[in-house]
Amino acid sequence: MTARPKQIILAAHFPGVNNHTVWQDPNAGSQIDFSSFVHLAQTAERGLFDFFFLAEGLRLREQRGRLYDLDVVGRPDTFTVLGALAAVTTRLGLAGTINATFNEPYEIARQFSTLDHLSGGRAAWNVVTSSDAFTGENFRRGGYLDHSQRYERAAEFVRTARELWDSWAQDALVADPSAGVFVSEGDAGAFEHAGVQFDIAGHFTVPRSPQGHPVIIQAGDSDAGRGFAAATADAVFTRHGTLEEGRAFYADVKSKAAAYGRSPDDVKILPGVSFVLGDTESEAHERTRHIRRQQVSPQTAIALLEQLRNRDLSEYDPDGPLPADDPRVSDDTIIKGRARQHDDRVETARRWRAVAEEKKLGIRDLVIEVTDRQRFVGTPARVAEELDTFVQSDASDGFILVPAGLDEFVDKVVPLLQERGVFRTEYTASTLRGHLGLGPPRLSTPSTGVAVSA
Amino acid sequence: MTRSTPLHLAVALDGAGWHPAAWRSPGARPGDLFTADYWRDLVTTAERGSLDFVTIEDSLGPRSSRRDGVDDRTDHVRGRLDAALLAARVAPLTSHIGLVPTVTTTHTEPFHVSTALATLDFASKGRAGWQVKVSASATEAAHFGRRRIPPIDHERRHDPETVRAITQLFGEAADTVEVVRRLWDSWEDDAVIRDVTTGRFVDRDKLHYVDFAGDWFSVRGPSITPRPPQGQPVVTALAHAEAAYLLAARAADVVFVTPHDIEEADAAVSAVRDAERAAGRDGEPLRVFVDLVVFVDTDDETAGRRKALLDELDGAEYASDAAVFVGTADRLADLLTTWRRVGVDGFRLRPGVLPHDLTALTERLVPALQARDAFRRHYEQSTLRGLLGLTRPASRYTAAAATPAT
Repeated sequence: MTARPKQIILAAHFPGVNNHTVWQDPNAGSQIDFSSFVHLAQTAERGLFDFFFLAEGLRLREQRGRLYDLDVVGRPDTFTVLGALAAVTTRLGLAGTINATFNEPYEIARQFSTLDHLSGGRAAWNVVTSSDAFTGENFRRGGYLDHSQRYERAAEFVRTARELWDSWAQDALVADPSAGVFVSEGDAGAFEHAGVQFDIAGHFTVPRSPQGHPVIIQAGDSDAGRGFAAATADAVFTRHGTLEEGRAFYADVKSKAAAYGRSPDDVKILPGVSFVLGDTESEAHERTRHIRRQQVSPQTAIALLEQLRNRDLSEYDPDGPLPADDPRVSDDTIIKGRARQHDDRVETARRWRAVAEEKKLGIRDLVIEVTDRQRFVGTPARVAEELDTFVQSDASDGFILVPAGLDEFVDKVVPLLQERGVFRTEYTASTLRGHLGLGPPRLSTPSTGVAVSA
Repeated sequence: MTRSTPLHLAVALDGAGWHPAAWRSPGARPGDLFTADYWRDLVTTAERGSLDFVTIEDSLGPRSSRRDGVDDRTDHVRGRLDAALLAARVAPLTSHIGLVPTVTTTHTEPFHVSTALATLDFASKGRAGWQVKVSASATEAAHFGRRRIPPIDHERRHDPETVRAITQLFGEAADTVEVVRRLWDSWEDDAVIRDVTTGRFVDRDKLHYVDFAGDWFSVRGPSITPRPPQGQPVVTALAHAEAAYLLAARAADVVFVTPHDIEEADAAVSAVRDAERAAGRDGEPLRVFVDLVVFVDTDDETAGRRKALLDELDGAEYASDAAVFVGTADRLADLLTTWRRVGVDGFRLRPGVLPHDLTALTERLVPALQARDAFRRHYEQSTLRGLLGLTRPASRYTAAAATPAT
């Protein structure tokens, strides 16, 4: 008897505010109208996807001290969109990115628990952190956490949220009118957390939600991020998109999880990838070229090169040669409000120059060449096969798809994955934990002497 | 005061109703309080009555019979869902009624409050509002651990220290509303240009830093979320006393007041107008809504018996900050049409028992008011501002840009 092949996890990512989101097309939708979110979520649910995924922004980007205006700008509040989407979907998981730096555990635990109640057990939290004083200018907290403290705060934040979620026993809600008993205990929701980052106590206001703990997703590829994810997350959102990088990352996180006493199956690895489909291979590649030229306009090419070289290049010709000097190396970067793009500017610039010289490329064509991300390009049959290969060879457990044309993927690729026996043909669970094959959450160990009933 | 303007009617939703024993009534759904279906049913019932809006109560701590801190009663509703998320959850299931969640300002980030309410406005196509709430609770402060709020003893509410603490909390709330409003205005309505020739998605000259710096926080801006459909979602506040009247006059569009008879209603309207002058308010006048707790039945005896039974179950006669009305829909309609003559714009009715008293409002009170030509027969506006007769304001930054320097 042959073992059942690994089942692929699929999530749909609402397009973000970056140059990969093509807005120039007259058919491009609104980034803000609720109908855009409804369409994408309902399409994902029609395709039996595991969950819908929303990114977050807390400050508009700036480049060279001015608001960045070349990409899609503006997005809605994560919780509010997911709460409303719960009304127009029935099975789809609803995952929101929420920052652990510019929020407080009591409030976030309450919002995710509420979302879990209001969606019947479909909530997920993608935990991210920031140490960014620039973003901090929009918040009471400001931006004073250094990089190492980010994960310390995030880890304690998640631990605290779990303590709050566990503060109501499963059977605390009685609601028996004739007996006159609404809750089993007078101090339902009592909690006390004394830690380095948070020292809080009182009563949590939300009874235990359908999933107990909403699913925890962690984004981040750094060592600290991997350790945090392996210790605490149910799923990891990664950028490691190629097969080789993916396998190495997958093995690393799964072994780290084992070291924390968790089963490798307890943490799912989900790279963010895009796809371009065509009726033929050449049509798919032609569409990719067209999309890449929309993603990297002449103005965007200069802006992206400025981000690497960290100085004003507005006088340069987008079709002309690269600047001759080395990048400006400084802690102060020209782009603000965006995750760090380049670890070693000088090294990256040399690599880009080598590509430009070898292929005889001007600035725009070079940027198109070197800033491409992992994507699956080809006929639906080819894309289905590659996705399957990726998962079966342990480079991932599934994908968070950054869709341009999710309808096409659902109509053409999903049936092929189903034929291969690697994707569900109907929802068999009602909660996101159920879709992902995750067991019930382990009750947290309180950080102080407050008892939590098991 | 013109008398021909229509009466406005809102309903305040809270758990199983405002009576602490409401959840034990026949027809109550105590096991459903944490489900979306329960709230959908309540809000669509209110919408069937063509009501202006629902408010959804919230707090950052548990309900309690004590002024601050928890009691150990197991016979009262405990637990509460986040009101802003509840409003979002019902937004796609409704089409005309305004959705006004309570959001406590004392511990939240104003930036998050601003984007959440703007997004509710997008998801509801212009029906979002906000009930601003201050938390003076030491126990709620302990849930955040960032600041101490001195216990506020009601008996000593006139002590200088208490007055100072309350003044600070309301000052902070006014700052919060101010920065939230600036963030709503920080995108001009036509900021998105999608200009392929120049490669620009947005006209950065139509995005504005709000640069708010106050005693409690500073916020740089602009908002991450574009200007919402109403421009400014409707801001409401409950007010019992001068500090809160002033907050409402500075910051709100709608104020809920709690007189117990028509003389007090008259005095409350005067106090609101005084507060508007004291605050130098120069926009549209506050819409004044009177709050009433209501137990409505086919006859006065049934209503009275129903409330008495709940009082007995609870072991105490129900009292509220607002007046408590017990009786028929016709008598309630008479009361509302009488009280409005002192300049009241509308009423926010707090159903004693849900869904019972809410159903009675839409099925009996609304027809009774319509029979007196005092209430709309159907929705004629699609936004909450429209329902309340409030204009859609231009962004203050657009206005500033359009005014030539003198």
